[in-house]
Amino acid sequence: MAVLFEKTKLLTDKQFHYCPGCHHGIIHRLVAEVLDEMNLQGKCIGVAPVGCSVFAYDYFNCDMYEAAHGRAPAVATGIKRAVGNDTMVFTYQGDGDLASIGTAEIVHAAHRGEKIVTIFVNNAIYGMTGGQMAPTTLIGQKASTCPTGRTEEWSGMPIKMSEMLAQIPSSYYIERVAVNNTANIAKAKKAIAKAFRYQMEGKGFCMIEVLSTCPTNWGLSPVEAIDWLENNMIPYYPLGVYRDKEAE
Amino acid sequence: MALTLMKGSEAIAEAAIRAGARFFFGYPITPQTEIPEYMAARMPEIGGCFLQAESEVAAINMVYGAAGTGARVVTSSSSPGVSLKQEGISYCAGAQVPCLIINVMRGGPGLGNIQASQGDYFQAVKGGGNGDYHLLTYAPASVQEAIDIMMFAFDKAEQYRIPVLFLADGIIAQMMEPVELPEMVDYKVDPEKKPWACTGWKAGDDPKKRGVINSIYIDTESLTVHNNELQACYKEVVENEQMWEEFNCEGAEYIITAFGTVARIAKSAITQLKEKGINVGLVRPITVWPFPYDAVKKVVDQPSVKAVLDVELNEGQMLQDVKLAVNGTKEVDFFGHCGSLMPSTDEIVNKILSMKEGK
Repeated sequence: MAVLFEKTKLLTDKQFHYCPGCHHGIIHRLVAEVLDEMNLQGKCIGVAPVGCSVFAYDYFNCDMYEAAHGRAPAVATGIKRAVGNDTMVFTYQGDGDLASIGTAEIVHAAHRGEKIVTIFVNNAIYGMTGGQMAPTTLIGQKASTCPTGRTEEWSGMPIKMSEMLAQIPSSYYIERVAVNNTANIAKAKKAIAKAFRYQMEGKGFCMIEVLSTCPTNWGLSPVEAIDWLENNMIPYYPLGVYRDKEAE
Repeated sequence: MALTLMKGSEAIAEAAIRAGARFFFGYPITPQTEIPEYMAARMPEIGGCFLQAESEVAAINMVYGAAGTGARVVTSSSSPGVSLKQEGISYCAGAQVPCLIINVMRGGPGLGNIQASQGDYFQAVKGGGNGDYHLLTYAPASVQEAIDIMMFAFDKAEQYRIPVLFLADGIIAQMMEPVELPEMVDYKVDPEKKPWACTGWKAGDDPKKRGVINSIYIDTESLTVHNNELQACYKEVVENEQMWEEFNCEGAEYIITAFGTVARIAKSAITQLKEKGINVGLVRPITVWPFPYDAVKKVVDQPSVKAVLDVELNEGQMLQDVKLAVNGTKEVDFFGHCGSLMPSTDEIVNKILSMKEGK
């Protein structure tokens, strides 16, 4: 009998701990499938963050590190400098990790043009600690540390990491995608594949920002969460390519 | 072998390279900037990697990344910078990543000053970062001793899978001494000896060899097992790795305890006191963790010993370990300065004289 579908071997059999409707599962799958399709098993090392995807080292079936909060790009820098260009190095980070405590590390990894890929999952909230305000939390969005909703006056406007990193001269490829529907999932996979290809070609720093739902901490059902993402997140965080040196 | 006149920081850097270090990540800070500068020039000559990090926080995390692949990796900094590294050091300890950290101590707290100090003793041996961990911590008293220790420091780090800390004061790094440098070690990562290292695992390989460099153990049971493993390792280090020097201890009337450069000044004081007919000995811990409690106790327990004088370039930090070793059997006095004012030979002589006079 012909095999029509197989789970990618770049994911372990460990059951995901993610909440129903959370997009981490889809994003993990896309990353793993791309690694698999590019025959990178045995030639890739990943770095997990602190946050909801802290256990990513249990899910990606390759050599993995678990980094301190926000430090994944520095850890990845050390790995990449040690293993050289034949090994693909990626970080997988959330918005609390990358856009708050880890801003120095991500900015300087981009600034040095580190030949790494960062998968940046932005769900506009701290998930693991239970729904606190993130730098990416939208104006008016409620979180446990902004119970009446974020205001610009008190907390500033939500940070736009892709736009910001695209300004750094050594950034090579920066794209923002979403996995809210089939078409966007396909586009997200293409973007991830392109980033990995650029790294294997020895190009510079690549980051794919993936907008993601957090039904649990947004207090919405999975379906409502997708609607919220489409109606609120995508308008503020427009999808698209912010930097692609090859195309320039 | 010929002696070369070398500045401490450069000699320490060259020794690290000769011991197999091929990766250096660091950030400039006085009084140790000569180490990254030396590495920046030297690493490319031998096919190694020098990278200036954006901060000490990033530097230690780069160490974590590179050392997790099995490479021999070193970073250096001075006190305020080492404080910034503490998070990463705790992660290296938790994830059992062998690596080498050099702290050229300067005055504190806070920005303090840029002169020599021994004010980071507590940070080095009593914690620093979070959690129950220790670093194998060497406190060299000369440039040559720093070189000699460096030549086996990576072996120890790898044997026990713990980070090794060089606790040097600013004097060791800044002074020039004639030294003998050993031959270059030909170090290559051996995946058999480092099955934990991330070297490119793939499906079909031994599942136990998938590299996971990690310090999180989310359930109480697995974290207990992990900590028990760490503690068993520390116990072995305590049993096997204590190093100290005894000088003029036999039949001594007083015993001085001191580490690093201060111990050398104490030796001069001991020579002067001998001329005055006062017999004083010195116990100098070379490893400050593990601290040589038994060695100190054995020397102090001699019937001839009346009292102990601990001398440090701080307000009395190792003093606590000396007191634990002496355990109340003899009086322990202290002499030291903070603010980086080095205790002089005369001050130590006078202190012993005043102790003798019962003042």
